[in-house]
Amino acid sequence: MDLLIFQAPILMVQASMDGILLGILFALIAYGMALQWGVMNIINIAQGDLVILGGYIAYFMYLYGIHPAWGVIVSPIIMYFVGIGIYKLVINKVVDRDLFISILATFGISILFMQLMNFAFGADVVLANSGYGTTMLFDNSVVLPNSKIFAAVISIIFAIGLVVYMKKSKLGRAIRATAQNARAAKILGVDTEKVYAATFGINAALCGVAGALISITFTIHPYMGLPYTIRSFMIVIVAGLGNLPGVAISGMGLGVFEEFADYILGTEFRIGSVFLLLVLILVYRRFKLSKKREYLK
Amino acid sequence: MKIKNYIVTFVSAIALLLSTSAISFAKVVGDKIILGAAVSLTGKYSSNGVHTQNGYNMAVERINSMGGVKVGGKTYKFDIIYYDDESNPKRAAQLAERLISQDKVEFMLGPYSSGLTKAMAPVTEKYGVPMVEANGASRSLFTKGYKYLFAVLAPANLYLDVAIRTAVELNGGKGVKIAQAFEQDAFSQDVRLGILDAAKETGSEIIIDDKLPKELNDMAATLAKVKVAKPDVLVVSGHTKGALTAIRQIAEMKVDVPMLAMTHCDAAKLSKQHGKNSQYALCASQWHKTLTYKDKWFKDGMTYDADFTKMFGYAPPYQAAESSAALLVFKDAFERANSFDQKKVRDALAATDMQTFYGNIKFAPGGQNVSKPMVLFQVICDSSGKCENKVVAPLKWASAKLIHPIPKWSER
Repeated sequence: MDLLIFQAPILMVQASMDGILLGILFALIAYGMALQWGVMNIINIAQGDLVILGGYIAYFMYLYGIHPAWGVIVSPIIMYFVGIGIYKLVINKVVDRDLFISILATFGISILFMQLMNFAFGADVVLANSGYGTTMLFDNSVVLPNSKIFAAVISIIFAIGLVVYMKKSKLGRAIRATAQNARAAKILGVDTEKVYAATFGINAALCGVAGALISITFTIHPYMGLPYTIRSFMIVIVAGLGNLPGVAISGMGLGVFEEFADYILGTEFRIGSVFLLLVLILVYRRFKLSKKREYLK
Repeated sequence: MKIKNYIVTFVSAIALLLSTSAISFAKVVGDKIILGAAVSLTGKYSSNGVHTQNGYNMAVERINSMGGVKVGGKTYKFDIIYYDDESNPKRAAQLAERLISQDKVEFMLGPYSSGLTKAMAPVTEKYGVPMVEANGASRSLFTKGYKYLFAVLAPANLYLDVAIRTAVELNGGKGVKIAQAFEQDAFSQDVRLGILDAAKETGSEIIIDDKLPKELNDMAATLAKVKVAKPDVLVVSGHTKGALTAIRQIAEMKVDVPMLAMTHCDAAKLSKQHGKNSQYALCASQWHKTLTYKDKWFKDGMTYDADFTKMFGYAPPYQAAESSAALLVFKDAFERANSFDQKKVRDALAATDMQTFYGNIKFAPGGQNVSKPMVLFQVICDSSGKCENKVVAPLKWASAKLIHPIPKWSER
């Protein structure tokens, strides 16, 4: 237990700000997961590995002298095609099967990606420097790295873009139709196969954006994907499928929760506390559902 | 029927392969002394695993070309069987088992990292196979009473001990306030224990004591606490990830501490990845090329650095240097034992007392090398932004003066 946060209340402001900025970034990854989970009924364990791969794209741009911020444009374009590739190779074979098979398949993809990235890029921890500097608030007692603010702003832009695209575009409507009822959509002339491929591609593209942002704000490493998968899974579970504003709020909530857990329980319990919260929420949901079932009886 | 044929061919091929490999890899074949090693060529330790392997190979090549090992009036050459342990302790233990019982290796070199060495040591101990290791510094390796394990490097608890003592000295002998963040692995936790000991002896106080999980790449919370608590020394140890994350976030959050001490700066290529932001960081190192130790195979650190760079195309981190030193120790022990009897070689190893380009080597009863101190270097950049690591402590080896306290971010 560390009570410093109560002795120095300014830390609470710091923790909340950090948490919200972080949470927005998590929410972007979770958006992708919610989308393809909702449409294809697939829980993608490789989500975090797609994020890291996106990060490497930005990192390599940085290595070749291009500012890594351009990664938020280049990385999703490349990742979109990576996503389509994965869909064509693996996901289309498991998309109509039960959830367990898709979890196993994406788990396999995740391991493969980790090893391939390790093989191709090496096991070194890398990062891309944006040189964005720092914003100081409240008489220099709260510091916000501009890279984190940049990450949050870009995430919001992409999230809003996605929502608008889903509402207005033809493909977006086809995706929503397929999510509601794949069979009916098919009968009415929607090429669901294409919709699935595009959905997975869009998900990978969002991961690409998030990855580029993570390479600017944090560090990347071939084996660092899993915590991002867990967090996005957690956010989607809390928000519920198809609830996009819910994803944003639960993302930020998770970010703040993590930061406070870090301050109060200690850094070592940070990711542990996320797991604990996940278990609690699942138990609570089950409890609520069983109550509902009793009413129905 | 066809399938059956395939199976028969397959099985006999495997049997043939196994039988030949068992014959061809005995301990000493013809004029070859065969050593076994499992190093991490894939997985999360692969970059340091490759440094380890390159260090071994460099020494094998050098020793063989300079006359090899003389035992019983005959000259032998070194050869190493490598396996990839995939950075996985379980796999490392299996491979140790395999090297010993299948490949009949009677002498082993260590893997990379304390964790993997810890997994292999019980196996080599069980079979009485002497193992000289160069990359497992965890204190717990040397408290288990292993008789066949020898480490050429200083134990982990001494890594940052020098830093605390230097800080206390600069504070006029009075205790200092320490903030620390350590990853939760065998190695970093031992570094932490070393700091606790040093703090106790010097009357210093530990005001922040964070543990970092291994997946973490965000230290903002720890650093925010540091900003509020204002310690005299900030100590961070979490392999390359910890070093890189710390420097990035210290610069971004403009955290001012008079002294910042870390491990793994070499491997993190700190100044290359962070440039001027890494300036003034103090780093613990097992070895630095400017140290003036000498031996007859590699001459000295500067020559080793140049030769290694020529052979592998990059400057040797200390992980490579210490791996090369392990081979020198083996050669010395074989010649003194004048035998390939495992027991005699083990006793010769235990009696080692030599100087190599890497440092003096003399083993304590636990197997750790007690005659080589750790050095601290400081990242110092010139006005053009070119950064260099300069040895600043202990004073005997210092090539530059320690800059203390670190200038505030607002004044840089």
